[in-house]
Amino acid sequence: MSSSYDAIILGAGIVGAACALECARGGMRIAVVEGDVVGGGATAAGMGHIVIMDDSMAQLELTRYSQLLWAELAPELPEDTEYETTGTIWVAADQQEMEEVYRKQAVYGQQGIVTKVLDRPALRKMEPNLHPGLAGGLLVPSDAVLYPPCAARYLLEQAVRHDAVVVPKKAVRIGNGRVELNDGAILESQRIVNATGTAASDLTADLPMRKRKGHLVITDRAPGFVRHQLVELGYLRSAGSSTADSVAFNVQPRKTGQMLIGSSRQYDADHKEVDRSMLVRMLQRVQQYLPGIADLSVIRTWTGFRASTPDKLPLIGPYSDDPTIFLATGHEGLGITTSLATAKLLMNYFTGSRSAIPLEPYLPSRILLEAQHA
Amino acid sequence: MHEPQPETVQIHINGKSVRVATGSTVAVALTLTEQACRISVRHEERGPLCAMGICMECRVTIDGVPSRLACQTLCQPNMDVRTHG
Repeated sequence: MSSSYDAIILGAGIVGAACALECARGGMRIAVVEGDVVGGGATAAGMGHIVIMDDSMAQLELTRYSQLLWAELAPELPEDTEYETTGTIWVAADQQEMEEVYRKQAVYGQQGIVTKVLDRPALRKMEPNLHPGLAGGLLVPSDAVLYPPCAARYLLEQAVRHDAVVVPKKAVRIGNGRVELNDGAILESQRIVNATGTAASDLTADLPMRKRKGHLVITDRAPGFVRHQLVELGYLRSAGSSTADSVAFNVQPRKTGQMLIGSSRQYDADHKEVDRSMLVRMLQRVQQYLPGIADLSVIRTWTGFRASTPDKLPLIGPYSDDPTIFLATGHEGLGITTSLATAKLLMNYFTGSRSAIPLEPYLPSRILLEAQHA
Repeated sequence: MHEPQPETVQIHINGKSVRVATGSTVAVALTLTEQACRISVRHEERGPLCAMGICMECRVTIDGVPSRLACQTLCQPNMDVRTHG
């Protein structure tokens, strides 16, 4: 028995769900293959920070485009998605980091992104619970937060409204226009999109991706304890490091009044259990910036795995010698933000229409080419 | 020889006196008096679920300290317990 579709999306995390909606809305006949909980993988371990990042120009373009798409979608998101334009404050610990604040402001400004430099008193006024010794920060008012599993579920529901079919099975083999499921059934399509996060490597060989473990902590409710998503300026150093385990101060106010605390990064830690040493390092880091947080109670801790690529950019588009295989993975810690732009870029590629930003920096072939020249 | 313990202990739940058997947890006292511990973010009443300190659903304020686990705290004489904190 086999069924044929215009595209088959593997994985109903936020990236797969976004791709399914975009393609279904464009009139394509879509199947989404997800054998587990919708948004239960890396999506459930993402903070849900819709954030503009500038590790590279390509990252800046993709995150900015995505953030605008989220802002456009926001009015129709259901209440449980908890979307809120909190803004981000990139916190500068000292004068040296204030230099980085000005550099960042200039880069964002060139892209037309409004930011505001905060000196010590201004930072203190906006976030009184931050350590008084911190030098200042950069406010990016357009950044937002949301609850990723509910956002993924909503996107998938919308895809279904546009006649997408959800297949609650696991894909075990893909290629040559065929997806073999764990019950032996076969689905057919000339476009098979592997959007299974870190699991993408199980279905597509030789992906240039590594698992990068992260921890999250959520506290009891303390409304107003912080008002913006607060991230240390050294975050990019932590995220950008390609070897050592690292932690960075990253705290998000949830709409519920809870504080969501990140972030840690570990390569080659395959077990899902919480690593107490990483958790301790993370919480110590947070306390350096927010001493008063020690009075709040932690009620949950959990972990997840980011799909990271060598150049910190996702893999979007065709891959390998098989013209029926496409990728939408490798988003590392930015998949919640960049899911919507990923879907647009993929759909534009399928229809041959012009995309709002160039796809080239995210094409999987960029890494293959680099490997050939290395 | 140690003193024989009194058979019951009196605590106060939201200002009201409650007497329970010595050795009872606060969760027991709340259950006997049919009271929830807290209100969830979705406005639902929550109370002891796992009774072993894991689920965190039985948080109450005890002697002014918020987020104490009712299932992990033994009733002490004149303890002040506040729910829905």
